[in-house]
Amino acid sequence: MRLSQATLSAAVISLLPGLAPAQDYSFNVAARKGEMDLMAINTGVLGNMAKGKTPYDADAATAAAANLVTISKITQGLLWPEGSSNADMQDTKALPKIWESYDDFLAKWDAKAKAAEALLAVAGDGVDALAPALGKLGEACTACHKEYRQPDK
Amino acid sequence: MIRLLMILGTILVLGAGAGYVLTRPRPLPPPAVEGLVGDAAAGERIFWAGGCASCHAAPKAEGDARLVLSGGQRLVSPFGTFVVPNISPDALDGIGGWSLLDFATALKRGVAPSGENLYPAFPYTTYTRMEMQDIADLKAFMDTLPPSGRVDEPHDLPFPFNLRVALGPWKALNLDPDWVIANPPSEAATKGRYLVEALGHCAECHTPRNAIGGLDLGRWMGGAPNPAGKGRIPNITPAALDWSEEDIAYYLKTGFKPDFDSAGGEMADVVANMAHLSDDDLAAIAAYVKALPPVANGGS
Repeated sequence: MRLSQATLSAAVISLLPGLAPAQDYSFNVAARKGEMDLMAINTGVLGNMAKGKTPYDADAATAAAANLVTISKITQGLLWPEGSSNADMQDTKALPKIWESYDDFLAKWDAKAKAAEALLAVAGDGVDALAPALGKLGEACTACHKEYRQPDK
Repeated sequence: MIRLLMILGTILVLGAGAGYVLTRPRPLPPPAVEGLVGDAAAGERIFWAGGCASCHAAPKAEGDARLVLSGGQRLVSPFGTFVVPNISPDALDGIGGWSLLDFATALKRGVAPSGENLYPAFPYTTYTRMEMQDIADLKAFMDTLPPSGRVDEPHDLPFPFNLRVALGPWKALNLDPDWVIANPPSEAATKGRYLVEALGHCAECHTPRNAIGGLDLGRWMGGAPNPAGKGRIPNITPAALDWSEEDIAYYLKTGFKPDFDSAGGEMADVVANMAHLSDDDLAAIAAYVKALPPVANGGS
């Protein structure tokens, strides 16, 4: 009898999100930061060509764009568990809004995936073809950061 | 004693009256717009450089929806919350009924067609430096945009900030058509100065304010607390920003920083505007930013 009462209490407590012990999602946060860094490194290869900082190289551009497409295919759910916002833990800029409008958040990731595919289609065609497609990718990045990332302090 | 109070009261009333007369709203005189014909195609550049859509598009609008200037965003400030008005060309609910003189008076003097002062959340302290031809072009372009029937809501401002008459003395102190940077070092920086000081209103966020909400020109672009509450708007003078001109221009065009992180927050909207400008205009803005007098971090 005592046991079942304890089980019941535990069940009730687990239903109350405020009372449940906070999970440690620091590994998930590190993984999604790594994902962002991977995108920045590959975008950098293309962006420095668009800026004229490095000479255009069709093979390197195509490889970088292909990486961006590959990264876009990673399923995002595991990286963004509920309870891993900047209101829940330190060292993340992910706003709680992500989980209030999760479908829109994922739609913005998909929009970025489409921009990456369009970029891959033209990355081998010279810097003049690449630059506007990279601009579209930038639009997709900022659209999501505007809504869902805390601005720098 | 009563006599003394009466004299003091009379002085106070006369003083307030004189203050009102000296600082009352002053529309532009009609000859200011005589002979001006707007060019809508040229006005599109002014529209994006002026950043109109950042505040006047509907909340969360993206892409072409940013051309519907229905208003409705709520701008939180230390003085209360401003509800952005409808400036679409709708004749009833927007500003379709305004003449060019009305429009120019709002931009250059901060005065509405009703004769009332406008709040400086509308950055007329910047637009006052605009060329009249650019104002005519901007109106011609905005007249081509889709009308919106959204009805304006009143601002949510506590006393005394709800008194528009108090904006008269505020303007006397803060509405100054002179350039902030008197002598830009190059032709590009001079062109950039117009794009920044007359149109882009970068300083509205990047420059700290004094107690009455005027910009602290001595710390021009030196960074400031975020008026919406959290965090700080960065110092973009050479004392804090070491990006090259190319880096700055590319950031404004694409949102990509030199390390290829990308813009967020309010700057995402700024980039959405700036991406419509030519590479020459963006290079000019970058030249101006690089020529700013350095402001050390650590002020208010």
